[in-house]
Amino acid sequence: MAKKEYSFYPGCSSQKGASSINYLISTNSMCEELDIQLNHIPDWNCCAASIGYAGGGELPRLALSARNIALSEQAHPDQDIVATCAACWLATKETKERLDESADLMAETNQALSAAGLEIKNNKEVRHMAEVLIEDFGYEALGAKVKKPLEGIKIAGYVGCQTNRPFGIDGESYENPMYLDKLVETLGADPVKNYDKKVQCCGGALAFSEPEKSQDMIKDIIGAAYDGGADMIVTPCPVCQMNVEVYQDQINEKYGTKFNIPVVYYSTLMSVAYGRNAKDSALNGQIIKAKQLEAIANK
Amino acid sequence: MSELNNRVVEKYRNNFLKEVEANVEEGDWVKMCMQCGVCAGSCPLGDAWEHTPQKLFMMIRAGKRDEVLSSDAMWMCTSCYNCIVRCPRELPITHIMHGLAHYAARLGLSPKNQPTQKFAQLFWDNLTKTGRVNELKLGLNLYFMNGFSEGVKKSLEMRSIGQGMFFAKRLNPMEILGGHGVKDQAGFHAMLDKAREIEDAKLDKFGK
Repeated sequence: MAKKEYSFYPGCSSQKGASSINYLISTNSMCEELDIQLNHIPDWNCCAASIGYAGGGELPRLALSARNIALSEQAHPDQDIVATCAACWLATKETKERLDESADLMAETNQALSAAGLEIKNNKEVRHMAEVLIEDFGYEALGAKVKKPLEGIKIAGYVGCQTNRPFGIDGESYENPMYLDKLVETLGADPVKNYDKKVQCCGGALAFSEPEKSQDMIKDIIGAAYDGGADMIVTPCPVCQMNVEVYQDQINEKYGTKFNIPVVYYSTLMSVAYGRNAKDSALNGQIIKAKQLEAIANK
Repeated sequence: MSELNNRVVEKYRNNFLKEVEANVEEGDWVKMCMQCGVCAGSCPLGDAWEHTPQKLFMMIRAGKRDEVLSSDAMWMCTSCYNCIVRCPRELPITHIMHGLAHYAARLGLSPKNQPTQKFAQLFWDNLTKTGRVNELKLGLNLYFMNGFSEGVKKSLEMRSIGQGMFFAKRLNPMEILGGHGVKDQAGFHAMLDKAREIEDAKLDKFGK
């Protein structure tokens, strides 16, 4: 298969020393194995995620994503924009749609962009990496690259919110999306069947501002994974990953639970299954170590 | 009460729906709500809200301006988008909540010391400074947003999480010195200033 190229929007949390640098490292390894070339959008900026609304009004927020799209159009005119972060994808795709729907907003956005010497045409697709994998490759092609099947590991596919709603992946149901389960199966592992909290919100950014309310929801997400017999949880979203992994001690203290379950990205699983070592798969980025994956990666 | 608030009150008098339609992001959808309550039942923090989206929409139509704009409800939105995908009339409810929250904050009417409002403002200030989020400064600002002594307490509470992130190479103490940012600082800020100027001019027009 010929090399596939995309205009890549990594986002703030994927920067060096940031909270989901392990997502970027494992994504890079996964893409090398799939012969995907990610061309970073030059000088990209933050998308304001879904919590920027207090300070940023409509147009300043749209301008942020429009700048990234405009830079992508300049540097990689023939390539779809691809993001790995759920919020990056959502904000950028939302901006694309809003500007498509309103000629007024489009004109105002271009007026703002012109202050930076930029212009947006808005003719690009904005896609999540999971869409690239499923739509441009498909489960069969993804499975064909597996060198070390993840045998004997039971994994709860935690889809969360923003890679699922409002846009969805591959036309799947919002209430019971199956793509993570199918991906887990493709890699030779065992998906938790009927994982009832797979689309439950983890609190998102409110894990910072409303920790008690958020941790109450996170407790149920982890509890349901254990109920299904999971050894680990897999997610496509940096906020889901962090919220579900890092508060387990605090939740244990408050609720008397004994949670200690690794939370990984789909790219972590794929990197290991494709035969890459622990470092390339960023297994050192786990605060709760994924020992079963380490064992396979070190084999 | 801000001067801007006085002007919009004067302009719209008893028609809060018109005010929302003109000034709140996606506010022209509010009248399309048919009061089915699916949004209220779908919200993950439904128990925590003073008013569900369904209630807010009816209150807007009933002209309950002060109650709506001073509500803490919009600030409980986690942006999970459940309400958007389930709304039978396809109202962009999440965006309307964000729009109402922003409008209330802009008029100086949102509840005092609302933690999500404070955090959301910190996030915006953080990202617009250099063009990219500085996670270390954001975290520290969050812990210290209610004063010094509470900040020290919170920092100690969160110490083990910070250490875990540090050892996993997912937190860089050197970010305190500046950290990441866009190269075209001048262009980036000129763009944001222009966007804000256009938006202010729009509100100004409605306010007059």
